[in-house]
Amino acid sequence: MAQKISGLISVILFLCLAVAAGATGNTPPKVGSPLPEMELLKPNNFADSKYLGLSYFGKTFKVSQVKAKVVVIQIYSMYCPYCQAEAPNVNRLYGLIENNPSLKNKIKIIGIGVGNTPFEVGTYKKKYTVPFPLISDENFKIHKILGEVRTPYFIAAKITADGRTEVIYSRLGALENNDLFLAQLAKSASMK
Amino acid sequence: MKKNTIGIIFVFCLLVTNAFAASDAFKNNIYNPGELKPVDSVLKVKVGERAPDFTLPAVSGRNVSLQDFRGKKNVVISFVPAAWTPVCSDQWPGYNIIQDVFAGNDAVLLGITVDNIPTLFSWTNQMGKLWFDVLSDFWPHGAVAAKFGVLRSDGVAERALFVIDKKGYIRYIDVHNINQRPPLEDLVRELEKLK
Repeated sequence: MAQKISGLISVILFLCLAVAAGATGNTPPKVGSPLPEMELLKPNNFADSKYLGLSYFGKTFKVSQVKAKVVVIQIYSMYCPYCQAEAPNVNRLYGLIENNPSLKNKIKIIGIGVGNTPFEVGTYKKKYTVPFPLISDENFKIHKILGEVRTPYFIAAKITADGRTEVIYSRLGALENNDLFLAQLAKSASMK
Repeated sequence: MKKNTIGIIFVFCLLVTNAFAASDAFKNNIYNPGELKPVDSVLKVKVGERAPDFTLPAVSGRNVSLQDFRGKKNVVISFVPAAWTPVCSDQWPGYNIIQDVFAGNDAVLLGITVDNIPTLFSWTNQMGKLWFDVLSDFWPHGAVAAKFGVLRSDGVAERALFVIDKKGYIRYIDVHNINQRPPLEDLVRELEKLK
């Protein structure tokens, strides 16, 4: 009996250690690498789903399923002062893409609200009139997969014809120059 | 039975893993105290009771008294444990973008910690311009937190929200798990009940 209990405790300790290691072992995505596997919650409104080109079915999606050549992922939080200050600039980035026929439908933006409930994501979207989809990561699941980066953090990944992803930008901090950023994305993804 | 036990403990391990998203506004200046005892005090007030009066110095330089709002405004008091710590640094900046929600429910917000004014000044400066008063319960140390029963045994406050109506009565208390941020919707729901 004592042996059984001892064995059980060992298994429990091992599982706890494994969980702790899993929580802290990830690093931010590196340029040139594929995006880590992650399932994002689908937007709960039709306009955002349509923008991403997602099917009606299923509750989650992968970045590789977005109908675009490049997906820009903004890691933010409603509670982050720098993200709040950066919000109008990211909206301008969206405007630059949508008003440029050579970029529209090729580059799409997603915001991931780390540690933010759907209500908090909605509050931020309304406050800053964010025109692109914002996705709740209430339990920090995606944040952990992405190496628990500080916010704001921007990742851009190109989607290849065979559905693979390749990170072409991964950096902490606000986007300093939208035009240069877009030019860099267009070049990395071989867009004209 | 054994499998179930292991499963339950595994889920527990997942839940207790400390998670927070540090804003780059604070750079590498956030001290992480690790996972703390969720609540470490005993409340001395209850919903339906009159809130204890207090006067504390604010970062703005003036003194703020709870009784000043009586008959005029609902008051939300947000105690947070300490400046320059993970969850606290990512709580008030969220309240800072919903001034309209507070105003729409005829409420003001008072943020309180047991830190001194210079520390609160430096810390809250990283949050941008705050529309609400931040008060220092530094001296006598934690006296106001103790009046409400939210002073922990190590001398910092709990992460606690109190909603007080215009008559001075406590309408809502959330002494939250210190390791987690209270969801915004809970506070907004309570504010809307004041109408």
